[in-house]
Amino acid sequence: MKKLMWLAAAAVAVVGFGTAEAQQTPQTQTPRKGGTVRMTAPYGGSLTSLDIHTSPRAQDDIAGKILHRTLYNWDSAKGQPALELAKEVAVSGDGMVYTYKLLDNAYFHNGRRMTADDIIWSYTRIMDSTKGFPGARYVRFIKGAVDVEKGAAKEISGLRKIDDFTVEMTLAERVNPGFLFFVGVTAILPKEEVEKGNFNSNPVGLGPFKFVEHVPGSRLVTERWEKFYKPGKPYADKVIVLIMGEAAARDVAFRNKEIDTSILGPVQYVAYMADPVLSKGILEVAEMFTRSMVMNQASIKPFQDKRVRQAINHAIDAELIVKRLAKDKAYRAVSWLPSSSPVFDKTMKPYAFDPEKAKKLLAEAGYPNGFEFEWTTSPNESWGLPIVEAVLPMLNRVGIKAKAKLIETTVLTETAMKGTFEAYIGSNVTGPDSLSTLKCFHSKTPRTACNYTAFNNAEYDKTLDEAGQASDPEKQAELLRKANAILYDEAPVWFFNYNKAVMAYQPWLHGLQANPTELAHQYPEDLWVDERSPVK
Amino acid sequence: MLLVLVRRVGNMVPTLAAVIALIFVLFSVIPGSFMSGLGDDGRTMDPAVMERMRKEMGLDQPLLERFVKYAGATVVGDLGTSFRTREPVTKLIAGRLWPSLKLTMAAMLVAMAVGIPLGFVAALRPGSLIDTASMVGAVSGLSLPKFWLGLLLMYFFALQLKWLPSFGYGDGGLTHLILPAIALGVSPLALLARTTRAAVLDVLNADFVRTARSKGMSERRVVTWHVMRNALVLVVTTVGLQFGSLMGQAVVVEKLFSWPGLGSLLVDSVFQRDIPAVQGCILVFVLFFLIINTLVDLAYVAIDPRIRYG
Repeated sequence: MKKLMWLAAAAVAVVGFGTAEAQQTPQTQTPRKGGTVRMTAPYGGSLTSLDIHTSPRAQDDIAGKILHRTLYNWDSAKGQPALELAKEVAVSGDGMVYTYKLLDNAYFHNGRRMTADDIIWSYTRIMDSTKGFPGARYVRFIKGAVDVEKGAAKEISGLRKIDDFTVEMTLAERVNPGFLFFVGVTAILPKEEVEKGNFNSNPVGLGPFKFVEHVPGSRLVTERWEKFYKPGKPYADKVIVLIMGEAAARDVAFRNKEIDTSILGPVQYVAYMADPVLSKGILEVAEMFTRSMVMNQASIKPFQDKRVRQAINHAIDAELIVKRLAKDKAYRAVSWLPSSSPVFDKTMKPYAFDPEKAKKLLAEAGYPNGFEFEWTTSPNESWGLPIVEAVLPMLNRVGIKAKAKLIETTVLTETAMKGTFEAYIGSNVTGPDSLSTLKCFHSKTPRTACNYTAFNNAEYDKTLDEAGQASDPEKQAELLRKANAILYDEAPVWFFNYNKAVMAYQPWLHGLQANPTELAHQYPEDLWVDERSPVK
Repeated sequence: MLLVLVRRVGNMVPTLAAVIALIFVLFSVIPGSFMSGLGDDGRTMDPAVMERMRKEMGLDQPLLERFVKYAGATVVGDLGTSFRTREPVTKLIAGRLWPSLKLTMAAMLVAMAVGIPLGFVAALRPGSLIDTASMVGAVSGLSLPKFWLGLLLMYFFALQLKWLPSFGYGDGGLTHLILPAIALGVSPLALLARTTRAAVLDVLNADFVRTARSKGMSERRVVTWHVMRNALVLVVTTVGLQFGSLMGQAVVVEKLFSWPGLGSLLVDSVFQRDIPAVQGCILVFVLFFLIINTLVDLAYVAIDPRIRYG
């Protein structure tokens, strides 16, 4: 069993695809009912809120996946969103109207059955013009949602209740709603519980486990919801989320068998892989995050020249940095879309490390002696100051003099949105919806949305617009691949790496998914512990 | 005694007012916002949503107007609403106060129970092996980073010896409290040991001790009656200062051990720019420090009747 799991994890690691197999459980082994699963919330501090509509943070969605449910889920095995709260969906010929047949056996933790009204109420709440709900960016794709957001309407005209278990959704533009409504901030909540006013401390959802206790900054305890809609699930009696932001403390706790999962950083990754026992419980996935140096074409003249941007990509030995600094806990980036993207072109090769070619390109662009720029960075160990410090001498070798400017990670987003940088290194979500990911480089996308480089390329815009209009999925995929290839050639950023997310798990834990959208996000109804678990 | 109390409480008011103003201004001018912090894990934030959040949180209002509102509300005990949880800050703090107090008191107990006797014994046998060893230990204790010490404790007592859990709050009982309390208590322990030693040595050389001995008083009575009581003023000062600041120092230990105290709330709030929560936490730390020091001032009068506050 252990060997099989290890082989599966190793296969994922070698191929580097998040859509590869989840942690495999042989057909012969029946999941065991009972026991306690102890997951960790490793990203910094306390859970922000248990009202999942209010927080887009990955940390909060760990709890969100336990307590709440969305219209769709992410199917890691297939690498695509899958219906969750609906049995089936009918799509109109123009791809604009989706009619969902909802589950008639989905019950909130207060015992009430979910109906179409809950879908409509939840999405309408998210668009509340007086509140800042992060899910508005997704619900906005439904026709009429913007009117609610602006306060011009009270109901979303594109949502219509056909009957208690049928809801019709008319979109404002052609998108795959699966990519929008699997995100935790669009969870379906019960109106009567939210309106009680203490939802954050007493959350009620549709998830496989119901709320028992929250000790802020320490743990969240949940127990099996007996009326969960998936037959026979969940397996475990309890799921506990332990808030553990410190990697070193997690390491001790994991080795001491006090937790069942732990997200590993580069240092722990090396140590665990070298350990004959711990290395058998490692799950890896190429997460949909692309790390890059974003070049602000509006503030630095040399960055406006494609040859300069290409020169930077050639001047840096990214492979070496991934190996030495990231300790191989990353995959070398090729272009903007990650290797776990469904439309990733496997034939593409990353920019070769070639300082001579970089010098030649710089000379052709009119910068034979290089130029200077300020490189804004956070202290992050995987995509921050340590990386910048390693790159500076490489750039210097081709004549480019960069000066590092350190800022807090919290400030980085604001800096990017305001454009108050010459270049910055960061990590961006680049999936799973490749179309919306690539839209960040469309000239009509404002910097405040995500066009941080102020990228403007007519051919790219045209290709992306065509992809948006394409009704044939194959045709759309082809156009998206083409757009990604244009980005590769235009090199608006230094393509550094795609995150390799690594989770260590105890030998008695089964049912983990190699989720490329966020490895820490597991669907706990699938998790089970065998009799070796120290917690009963 | 009552007069001292009234005066000390009176002195607290301008201190608290200055702290409130300082924290408010500081967190209004530093870069970054709660909204931008929500995107710090690579998930871009929607500009329209960010704008609505700004309005909802009142951050679109002029600084002075916000300050007047904040100061006015603080006076009546309303510390505002947390940006993160959208709950009253007083509720957040109330939930974290007891774990923080428990940890602080336990750490101080460790420090006092070991540090004071150690300093006493070292002073009574200056130059001896126990004196040298305890002072070397004290210097080491003072210089040990709490984070590193905490990890060492976890490693030995949880991982190797399996005596205690390595992290967490558990049911709030003793087993989960011991390691963080030691990690937090070692530094004040070391300081107390050194201070006690110095105070006792000072008193041992005083004229009245020589007089007591020359009158034939037993050494035991000299130490317990004269030396101990006179050395206590300095020791109590150190205890008060350490105890007052320990809650603030617990930040690192609380984060390391996943302890649900005010320290970890403060760190989370700072990183996420939850300004009302930051202001609330700091206010509590300052208030705690001031209260402890007022109690110390009162203790002086009780310990040594010669002390008068003019």
